[in-house]
Amino acid sequence: MARNIFYGGTVFFVLVFIALVTDSAGHIPKRSNAAALTPAVERGKTIWETRNCIGCHTLLGEGAYFAPELGNVVPRRGAEFVKAWMKAQPTGVPGRRQMPQFHLNEQQLDDLVQFLDWSSKINTEKWPPNIEG
Amino acid sequence: MQPATMKYKSQGVAKYYFVAALALFVGQIVFGISLGLQYVIGDFLFPYIPFNQARMVHTNLLIVWLLFGFMGSAYYLVPEESETELWSPKLALALFWIFLVAGALTIVGYLAVPYAKLAELTGNELLQTMGREFLEQPLPTKVGIVIVALGFLLNIAMTVLKGRKTSITLVLLMGLTGLALLFLFSFYNPKNLVQDKMAWWWVVHLWVEGVWELILASLLAFVLIKTTGVDREVIDKWMYLIIAMALITGILGTGHHYYFIGLPGYWQWIGSVFSALEPIPFFMMTVFAFNMVQRRRREHPNQAAVLWAVGTSVLGFLGAGLWGFIHTLSPVNYYTHGTQVTAAHGHLAFYGAYVLVVITMISYAMPIMRGREANPKRAQSVEMWSFWIMTLGMAVMVLALTGAGILQVWLQRLPTSGALGFMATQDQLAFFYWLRIAGGLGFLVGLITYLASFFVGETAAERAAVGAGAGPLASPASPVRGA
Repeated sequence: MARNIFYGGTVFFVLVFIALVTDSAGHIPKRSNAAALTPAVERGKTIWETRNCIGCHTLLGEGAYFAPELGNVVPRRGAEFVKAWMKAQPTGVPGRRQMPQFHLNEQQLDDLVQFLDWSSKINTEKWPPNIEG
Repeated sequence: MQPATMKYKSQGVAKYYFVAALALFVGQIVFGISLGLQYVIGDFLFPYIPFNQARMVHTNLLIVWLLFGFMGSAYYLVPEESETELWSPKLALALFWIFLVAGALTIVGYLAVPYAKLAELTGNELLQTMGREFLEQPLPTKVGIVIVALGFLLNIAMTVLKGRKTSITLVLLMGLTGLALLFLFSFYNPKNLVQDKMAWWWVVHLWVEGVWELILASLLAFVLIKTTGVDREVIDKWMYLIIAMALITGILGTGHHYYFIGLPGYWQWIGSVFSALEPIPFFMMTVFAFNMVQRRRREHPNQAAVLWAVGTSVLGFLGAGLWGFIHTLSPVNYYTHGTQVTAAHGHLAFYGAYVLVVITMISYAMPIMRGREANPKRAQSVEMWSFWIMTLGMAVMVLALTGAGILQVWLQRLPTSGALGFMATQDQLAFFYWLRIAGGLGFLVGLITYLASFFVGETAAERAAVGAGAGPLASPASPVRGA
């Protein structure tokens, strides 16, 4: 009896989950504005991943909690600020958290900003609550 | 202490896995403390070990040592349950060294070269899988993990097939198979961030709030059968009900990660309802452990193992159940998502459920692998102390992080105008972060105490008693503290 509840319950909810995820996947193009997902955005995502940005920052609230949320950093600070900021790292202020210098070239910085800008336009059900992320 | 030997010689391979697991555990905690320090002394170890590198080491070591713990547990448990020798002890040993060397090289890679360089050196452009939280491993490591997992599953499955089939081995095997299959999604990294995040949780959430719970329940059931002598039928029934509830609530509970990452709004309802039920299996586990200990039909001389088992059930409930529940409803999570509240929950849940169940198995199996039914009383007493010190250290950490999280929400998230920025808020949390470091250091003391217990021998009086022919059953075993 207990065993059958386990097998029956698991199979049932796995199927429901697959159905829901399939439905969700159908909504993603519109909710993420996939039409605007350019090759530059794709390259920016690779920069994001290969510099392990998620090891300090959050993106849409997921990641490490050591440094600011970046899902809305472009609306918060502006694209030019983000690029200038990355070029100026590390600040070297004693005792303050330090961000490494990643030696990105102009093209890579642009790609990264494109990726973050695209990310900021994803429909996240109005999260975060305010611009501070 | 009563001499005892393993029922099957091949169970001995578990010892390698357990020793490696504990060594990596120490590494995890040391890096954890350095991370804690960076929260308050921002440039600590910079530029030698930036925060992100230390964090990868901290989280990856956790995953790897728990996997060592699960595999060691399976190698010990399955021959005994199946009443047959392991299919291939040689394969088990070979995989052990492969996994250990691959794991060590990966950690060295994280620390020795910049991550972008590591990605380049390891062929990330062939199949881009790196740079996602917890799945940071270079491609060769990920492939290595799959190979080790396949070989391991083959070994375990062949052993089960040629021997007695019990519910415990079946559930364990399902859990381990699920673990290996779900890891395959780590190779799937869509270009669209929303798709990427949705699929990422099929590894991360469906591991820790899904198939790992099957492993947890089966290991706990095994140790409870052995230490309490309660009928297998009773324990099997509990185990099935617990894992049924775990998956019935946990699969759709994935929805609590889908609120704000670009997926449809209906997940707020599904995620809230089902994840609010996720504490139920953990509560059942607590009731189960206490019940079995109360109904015990023997006084097992290894009372330390019983304490770890009961501790797993209680702290698993508090960490995974209660601390999960406090921020799982979508209107609450709207404010707590990505704050220190999440960190508080993560730490207590991993400790309570998975760290403790692995130590439970080690505590039960290690004395037998060393030729005695249980450790000397004095060693067990040190072990019990280590449980309380680690747990207290963890409690301080978790309360500190919870405090930090609540203040963070108050300052940065709740205000509709004039909210404090991220770094300005972090400055206000320094007190809690210092407290967290104190908790972490306490935890390290507890861990060292635990390791020390392996080296504590019996007292002269105990030796004399054994010499005079008095077995451990002649004196009543000490009551289980905390039970």
